[in-house]
Amino acid sequence: MPSFISIENLSKVYQNGHIALNGVDLDIEEGELIALLGPNGAGKTTLISIICGLVRPSSGSVTVDGHDIIRDYRHTRKLIGLVPQELPIEPFESVFKTVNFSRGLFGKTPNPKYIDQLLSDLSLTDKKYSQIKALSGGMKRRLLIAKALSHEPRILFLDEPTAGVDVNLRKETWDLIHRLRESGVTIILTTHYIEEAEEMADRVAVINNGSIIVVERKTELMQKMGKKQMFLELQQPMTQIPEELGDYDLYTQEDGTILVYNYETTRKRTGITSLLKDLSSMQIGFRDLRTEQSSLEDIFIDLVDERVEVLKHAESKYASTG
Amino acid sequence: MNIPGIKAIFTHEMDRARRTIFQSLVSPVISTSLYFIVFGSAIGSRITEIDGVSYGSFIVPGLIMLTLMTQSVTYASFGIFFPRFTGTTYEILSAPISHLEIVIGYVGAAVTKSLIVGLVILATSGLFVDIYIAHVGWMLLFLLLTAFTFSLFGFLIGIWAENFERLQIIPLLIVTPLVFLGGSFYSVSMLPEFWQKVTYFNPVLYLVSGFRWSFYEISDVSVMISLGMIGTFLLICISITWWIFKTGYKLKE
Repeated sequence: MPSFISIENLSKVYQNGHIALNGVDLDIEEGELIALLGPNGAGKTTLISIICGLVRPSSGSVTVDGHDIIRDYRHTRKLIGLVPQELPIEPFESVFKTVNFSRGLFGKTPNPKYIDQLLSDLSLTDKKYSQIKALSGGMKRRLLIAKALSHEPRILFLDEPTAGVDVNLRKETWDLIHRLRESGVTIILTTHYIEEAEEMADRVAVINNGSIIVVERKTELMQKMGKKQMFLELQQPMTQIPEELGDYDLYTQEDGTILVYNYETTRKRTGITSLLKDLSSMQIGFRDLRTEQSSLEDIFIDLVDERVEVLKHAESKYASTG
Repeated sequence: MNIPGIKAIFTHEMDRARRTIFQSLVSPVISTSLYFIVFGSAIGSRITEIDGVSYGSFIVPGLIMLTLMTQSVTYASFGIFFPRFTGTTYEILSAPISHLEIVIGYVGAAVTKSLIVGLVILATSGLFVDIYIAHVGWMLLFLLLTAFTFSLFGFLIGIWAENFERLQIIPLLIVTPLVFLGGSFYSVSMLPEFWQKVTYFNPVLYLVSGFRWSFYEISDVSVMISLGMIGTFLLICISITWWIFKTGYKLKE
């Protein structure tokens, strides 16, 4: 039984030679919320554009609900709603008509009741007959979500739903996405805001330079990749890290009053016990102790940097050999 | 077949015409009336009958054709260009709708609109001059084929155009001159021999001639040749449309 959305070895080379996607494999299960996390130009939009039918893949295949997205496009596209990154709208149409139009376009017979409910869920009821150009930016984005949901899709793609959006609106959008997810819709969102992925996603796929670097459940990713830091508030400031402690990854903060120890939770031994033992044998006392988990942001930067290092290494090797 | 999809595009396009009723209906009617006043009354009173038809009546089919062709091109080109301009094509391209269905929606709406305008102008003409239609069936066939061909042509322009200037340039610089020089306001036999020969290279001549024949049974070329010409032009437009969707030209990366 293939996954609800199954992406296999998907590549896209644009006509200008730009490699947007490079052999992407990804399986998405029904009902989950997956975040495609990556910097600008990583290939996130290209990936979802291919699944939605806006961009032709150069090679590889995608199936949705067991159907090929190109051969059985009628079946797959009916299941999908897309909220694009920009706000493309027909300025002179009314809110109700444009949502109704989207529903028809996706092959559904009119259902004004459903659309009324949708507009009400998205707080657009009092704008039902307004021209779109009269809406605020936040309303336009909600309208695009309404259009994407107009044909009752089971999958929703949100391309950078909170790019260039103020804090209040971002919070609002997050609430909305949470509600959608609770209704059982499978959601794929792209973002370059780590906190967005951290806030909402079940799983995170980190994508950079057209390749997926890692796909993990968010919690596991944070656990696995997570570094922890232990902060020790010293009784006496430390001007220099003693040589005896050279084996530990240590540094000082705030004029030597705080000693920071970096350790990885993935190791069997974190080294905390021995460090504390060593400190006490050296008669270094401390008043307080706390630990901190690194955020998805730190993990992300690590992953992307690592990748860049590997590439650089490969490049230099290639250059020297040939 | 995605019938609700075709309906959605069709209604959407008709709604736009309704919103811009002045531009889409009133303005062609006004400009046609102006042609009647200038060509029909002021100049026409000094021109004798052409093949037994008064000049005012003679130009009616040409005027309808002029409007039909320019409006078909304008409606259809704008219909597909505007979503490209606003970026809303993403929705059409991601919908479970085939290329054929998209064309049926857009071109169907453009044909309907230009047919309505054509018939309104026919009725308006009746207020100014006597009109006699010998072959109603043929007349409607020519109207329909011309509206369809030029709407398809307009659709192609709408896909090809990168900006509003390009969108206007073909109707202004090609369609309008061809119609004016295609015997809309005169019989080709009134021209010097050299220009008669040149005129036979103008495809519009065959459409206007066939259409006028359905009214007054007078024509510059045989009706079958007219029909053949419009059929050829239609086939060319259909082939290019098919090619565009096959290759995704200007629509998909």
